[in-house]
Amino acid sequence: MTETKKTTIVLFSGDYDKAMAAYIIANGAAAYDHEVTIFHTFWGLNALRKENQAPVKKGFLESMFGKMMPKGTDKMGLSKMNYLGMGPKMIKSVMKKHHAMPLPQLVEMAQEQNVKLIACTMTMDLLGLQKEELLDDITYGGVAAYIGDAEDGNVNLFI
Amino acid sequence: MESTKILDAKGLACPMPIVRTKKAMQELNVGDVLEVHATDQGAKSDLTAWAKAGGHELLQDTEEDAVLKFWIKKG
Repeated sequence: MTETKKTTIVLFSGDYDKAMAAYIIANGAAAYDHEVTIFHTFWGLNALRKENQAPVKKGFLESMFGKMMPKGTDKMGLSKMNYLGMGPKMIKSVMKKHHAMPLPQLVEMAQEQNVKLIACTMTMDLLGLQKEELLDDITYGGVAAYIGDAEDGNVNLFI
Repeated sequence: MESTKILDAKGLACPMPIVRTKKAMQELNVGDVLEVHATDQGAKSDLTAWAKAGGHELLQDTEEDAVLKFWIKKG
């Protein structure tokens, strides 16, 4: 094996299906012995939210944002055919049938495989998300942290 | 064909066969042969490409009753 290759993914979307694609690619790349980074920005930050987190102190707008956005991957909707929440229920049952790994487990597995999860701090401020609300063992950074990993990367995706 | 270890990845969907294969391979020594059983029909392309990228050798692959079998020699 030559030097380690890198895969970098920007997860901008907060939809179950899109986040699932991102995390499947990330896990696959990690299995390829790539150094993998997922940079979560805007709605993608919701993939890092803890499901049960005691509310933290926030202003009015920030807490409204917090209430309207999904708390973690399991609460995400679909980008197509969401049908007011029926879509995710249907796809989860189909996934079970086909033994596809649910998104929360894909995130866990990514962490086990040392995928670097970065939360964009600028958009965290915009959406009023605080560190306490996000998963443990993640990295906080901005565009430079991402470019630092991506500039000598081999695979680079925006999802 | 003789194998050092058998990995049962039947019933697992993408990306699990490749993730499990990688983990199993880590525990083997160079020259050992890992036998992988999978039912994900993408596994053929996946494992072929994965073995090549990782410097391993895909010695043989077969398909019987929708079960794909691979013998990969660790490089």
